[in-house]
Amino acid sequence: MTDHILSVRDLKKHFVIGHEGTVNRKPITVKAVDGISFNLHAGETFGLVGESGSGKSTVAYITVGMYQPTEGAIYFRDQDLFADSKGRPLALKKEIQIVFQDPGSSLNPRRSIKQILELPLRIHQPDKDRLTEVLRLLEMVDLPPDYMHKYPQSLSGGEKQIVAIARALATDPSLVILDEPTSALDVSVQGKVINLLIRLQREFNLTFLFITHDLSLMRNVASRVAIMYLGKICEVAEAAEFFQNPQHPYTQMLLSSIPVVSEEEEAAKPEKIISTGEIPSPVNIPQGCSFHTRCPYAMDICKRVDPVMVETGAGHVARCHLFEQPEENLTQVLEAEPGPIPQSP
Amino acid sequence: MSTPRLLEIKDLRVEFKVYGGVLKVLDGVNFSVNAGEKVGLVGETGCGKTTTMKAILRILPIPPARIAGGEIFFKGQDILRMRKRDLSKVRGSGISMIFQDPTAALNPVFTIGEQLGAVVQHARPENRRLSKRKIRDKAIIPLKEVALADPERLLDSYPIQLSGGMRQRVCIGMALATDPELLIADEPGTSLDVTIQDQVLRLLRVLVEEKGTSVILITHTLGVVRETTDRVYVMYAGNMVEEAHTRKLFAEPLHPYTQGLMQAVPKLTGGGIAEGIPGRIPSYLDPPPGCRFHTRCPRVMDICRRQKPPFFKVDEEHQVACFLYDQNHDRHKEETATL
Repeated sequence: MTDHILSVRDLKKHFVIGHEGTVNRKPITVKAVDGISFNLHAGETFGLVGESGSGKSTVAYITVGMYQPTEGAIYFRDQDLFADSKGRPLALKKEIQIVFQDPGSSLNPRRSIKQILELPLRIHQPDKDRLTEVLRLLEMVDLPPDYMHKYPQSLSGGEKQIVAIARALATDPSLVILDEPTSALDVSVQGKVINLLIRLQREFNLTFLFITHDLSLMRNVASRVAIMYLGKICEVAEAAEFFQNPQHPYTQMLLSSIPVVSEEEEAAKPEKIISTGEIPSPVNIPQGCSFHTRCPYAMDICKRVDPVMVETGAGHVARCHLFEQPEENLTQVLEAEPGPIPQSP
Repeated sequence: MSTPRLLEIKDLRVEFKVYGGVLKVLDGVNFSVNAGEKVGLVGETGCGKTTTMKAILRILPIPPARIAGGEIFFKGQDILRMRKRDLSKVRGSGISMIFQDPTAALNPVFTIGEQLGAVVQHARPENRRLSKRKIRDKAIIPLKEVALADPERLLDSYPIQLSGGMRQRVCIGMALATDPELLIADEPGTSLDVTIQDQVLRLLRVLVEEKGTSVILITHTLGVVRETTDRVYVMYAGNMVEEAHTRKLFAEPLHPYTQGLMQAVPKLTGGGIAEGIPGRIPSYLDPPPGCRFHTRCPRVMDICRRQKPPFFKVDEEHQVACFLYDQNHDRHKEETATL
């Protein structure tokens, strides 16, 4: 057995959103996730970053089993998550839990906190005493025991999210997917929730798949980072390496677009790449490399051929033609003035 | 002060009547914008940023809202006591606003051209009688200014046909179409992705620079304020707590709330995340007496519980509403120690 707790292989998820034509009806598909692979090491925090529509949440939903993948597979400790056509066995469901972005809508407003926390216990640990377990969960996340009789509406946003975290931990999972857990919260509350997550990770040896669009936050929580653009992964690296030495032009553009609060951070950003163009619609993904419409270094080959993952350093991979070429061509391209991007025919 | 004040809010108090009592939301807000200046207003959800701005345009829902006191001067005239006709002039060509969510700000059943046309038509009295053709010609100008591709076609599109970034550009164009003297931008980039937010803010900066428009930028993202504004106000629970030149504030925040906020922002350079500020924003139904921040303040003194701190001037460009910066600070401290 490897130390990979989760292994994603060529995962694809295409949604059919309609049909075109009248006689030969062809389905119109959104390629939300289009062939991604990555591994999660046990005990790490793997960050998945991307802008809206990049497919990061779809990856999360497939992993917890809300969607079936169109192609590809996910292995949890060498066990295929989608092998059983009757659905995922309870023992596997217990291991993978999720915390959603908006605690306001992920907690049932008509259930008390006690009822909310009891549900996973009822299903996964029917033999245990539920009251003691609920109290243990509340204590674990530093909420006073009388909160068990409260309803979500009387809690603040941060507290609601903490309840959602407690609910995810109720089944004693080993992998928790955090889908933008602090995006709906204010910065002064975010710190508390993040530090709680880090503490719980240490205490229970959890592995996190941390999804966010906030790169500054990612810098502080993730051990490895992957960046997604239109359903594909562009770059994966160790967090420190990722932020100090970003390779993919999209990563550089993202990092240089972040508004920061101090001079030191300004210095840590890569050279400014002026962000241009719109994110293309996922229904109509550009040919070749999907980023070529916005890339300042776009070359001819980028419009025709989709690049493959290339290793650019230890544990650092990027999917860009710049790194596939022999050295001398590369320097030529980099020195060339980044001119306007010609329209594809 | 000799510089002309474009907008000046003095001791503004706004209350909301609700089932449980009266929410005392704005508790004596003082705020000003000079001509040609870009001012930031920072604060967390529910601190009264948007309420303040809505009071400026008099678009607060009254009731339940009630202006309990204060004055808002725009070019020397009190907006709160203005006649309808003068007010519509201010709204027409004096002050424009960009809202956080461009999807909600545009009407989904009218085309961009119809909506922009209406703005152009009603901005100035002399435009009222223009032909449709002429209005269309005028409406296309702001779309060109915000660098949208194919403006002709956009005029006939509905908001749903545009992306979020394009919609926000349309809103910016619409707000600037009337050549306002003051632009209020309420979280203009929050609903957009970082790369798109960067584009939109860059565009906004260029346009206001060109036209010499004054700007109030409301946001809870500190980084955006740092990159866009000249001067910043920090707001907490219906009070202004600190005012300074942008560079000064970010180099040396003074108010304990501002300091807590700055520390809580995750840094791109790493180093972990601060716990943030303990507790939560107080209820407006029964706000704490004295300084409204004292329940969460790590450096609270006895006087903070009794008395509301006024603005203390630290230097010409920096003032802060906190007794720590009072001349008599030592005395307050002793008092606290003896208790």
